[in-house]
Amino acid sequence: MKRCIERLFNGLIKENPTFVLMLGMCPTLAVTTSAFNGFGMGLSTTAVLIMSNLMISALRKVIPNGVRMPAFIVIVASFVTIVQLVLKAYVPSLDKSLGVFIPLIVVNCIILGRAEAYASKNPVLPSIFDGIGMGLGFTGALTIIGAVREILGSGAVFGYQILSEKVFTPISIFILAPGAFFVLACLTALQNKFKAPSATNIEGEKLACNSHCATCVGKQSCINHQLVEKQKIEIAEKEKQEKLKKAEELKRKMAENKGGNE
Amino acid sequence: MFRNINVSVSPHIRDKRTTQNIMLDVCIALFFPLLAGVYAYGLSALITIVLCVISCVGFELLFQLGMKKKVTISDLSALVTGMILAVNMPASVPWFIPVLGGFFAIIIVKQLFGGLGQNFMNPALGARCFLVISFASIMTNFSTDINYLFSKPDVVTSATPMAMVKSGVVTNWFDMLVNTHAGCIGEVSAIAILIGAAYMIIRRVIDVKIPFIYIISTLCFVALIQTIKGETITFDYMMVQLCGGGLLIGSFFMATDYVTSPITNKGKVIYALILGLMTSLIRTVSPSNEGVSYSIIIGNMLTPLIEKFTVPKPFGYKKGAVK
Repeated sequence: MKRCIERLFNGLIKENPTFVLMLGMCPTLAVTTSAFNGFGMGLSTTAVLIMSNLMISALRKVIPNGVRMPAFIVIVASFVTIVQLVLKAYVPSLDKSLGVFIPLIVVNCIILGRAEAYASKNPVLPSIFDGIGMGLGFTGALTIIGAVREILGSGAVFGYQILSEKVFTPISIFILAPGAFFVLACLTALQNKFKAPSATNIEGEKLACNSHCATCVGKQSCINHQLVEKQKIEIAEKEKQEKLKKAEELKRKMAENKGGNE
Repeated sequence: MFRNINVSVSPHIRDKRTTQNIMLDVCIALFFPLLAGVYAYGLSALITIVLCVISCVGFELLFQLGMKKKVTISDLSALVTGMILAVNMPASVPWFIPVLGGFFAIIIVKQLFGGLGQNFMNPALGARCFLVISFASIMTNFSTDINYLFSKPDVVTSATPMAMVKSGVVTNWFDMLVNTHAGCIGEVSAIAILIGAAYMIIRRVIDVKIPFIYIISTLCFVALIQTIKGETITFDYMMVQLCGGGLLIGSFFMATDYVTSPITNKGKVIYALILGLMTSLIRTVSPSNEGVSYSIIIGNMLTPLIEKFTVPKPFGYKKGAVK
């Protein structure tokens, strides 16, 4: 149980997918035009995340390593379809405002990242809590960004007008696409300034992933890279030796010629 | 103190011109259109201009003090940015619009990218686009309360000439040339703009290539597109396209910004043609009335690419001769 609570804390604060890991930036920038949209997007992603983590964790011994990516995608895609149909049936307004970004949850890197980094290696219960933690962290971040943009862009939060038009003229660029970049850029700048944990201010050897290279997603590519490097060195050495041989032969021939002359 | 600067091989020409010197000339040139604006709109225009200038210079000072950098407000570039920002604004804006514009122009477009010489687009135009997108109703509310320089027209409409020409009404272009017409502070009088431009050309502050090619290509493309659309083009219509809106002031004062326009001769031609094409497309095909600021910004963004493709060849250069 302690492990499960640790997972929740990890997803919400320590490795918050938006603020610290900076994953899933596409929905973060695109759908946070209002607090409600951010909240809806976050909850949909959470639902998919929990179910896909559960499924992948349960099937982790069945899925062959070589085809794990397609298998994960199929699992995630089926849950996304379920969520999309549920939204269409019960909250059509949210479905309309989120539009194409609901089907795009399939390729949200948080979901694939958690499947690859956690659910495919850990038992079912911690995986579920990992999904809950990550999902709620994502939801919280999206709601906060959405709320900031909604206040600046239309003077309201969750649709309730809190700043009247007389006091504050809404800066409508904040509910348009550039506003998302402004808000996120300010946030990242503050994180860097105060050296808060974030993917953008890694210093020296200390990596944001805590150097868990053994369990890293990029492990295979790293190994490949090393193999290629090894082969390169081998080829270079072979060439060197051949050159040396040729040079020696030349020397010998020269010496023979000299001997002949004498 | 030495800084590493990449310079080409000699010969070099030593010139007495300094940044401050050039900026001062631009200020003097901008004085004419601004004066016409103040005459037309009265006190409100003056307040807007002063607020723009103070906020631009002030934010530059605050940023450089806050970041513990060398304070460079004496090179007058922030002053010019403030004046160009004012040129782009309707006279009757509330006080926070110039302040916000100054903040965006100086802090976000200019200083965050490294200060003078490093900005990727014209700071004042960036701020104008930010304001137009954010406060569409305020930024397009041109007051009708205008003092006319010579003759008073019979009818006063609230729409700008560009809005009227879009809806099919062609205003009397001669009035626009000498008189004042509704619009931003700087675009009220074409004559005043031309006086300022002539001053800059005589002082060799700007190269005539960009503005002239820009203006001529805009008119040509507008005529071409209107012909394709099957509409008749009258001389009056073309003159309104020329004198109305921000084409004149934009081409002489904003498109020629040193930092954000190409320095190669071929590049300047390409840049001006792109600006002309964009402006005419926005004016004739898109739903908006005026597109000078957007097209200049698009041109600014393309500048590094244009320069990359138009690097001049040294005399006697053979490809592959020097490695």
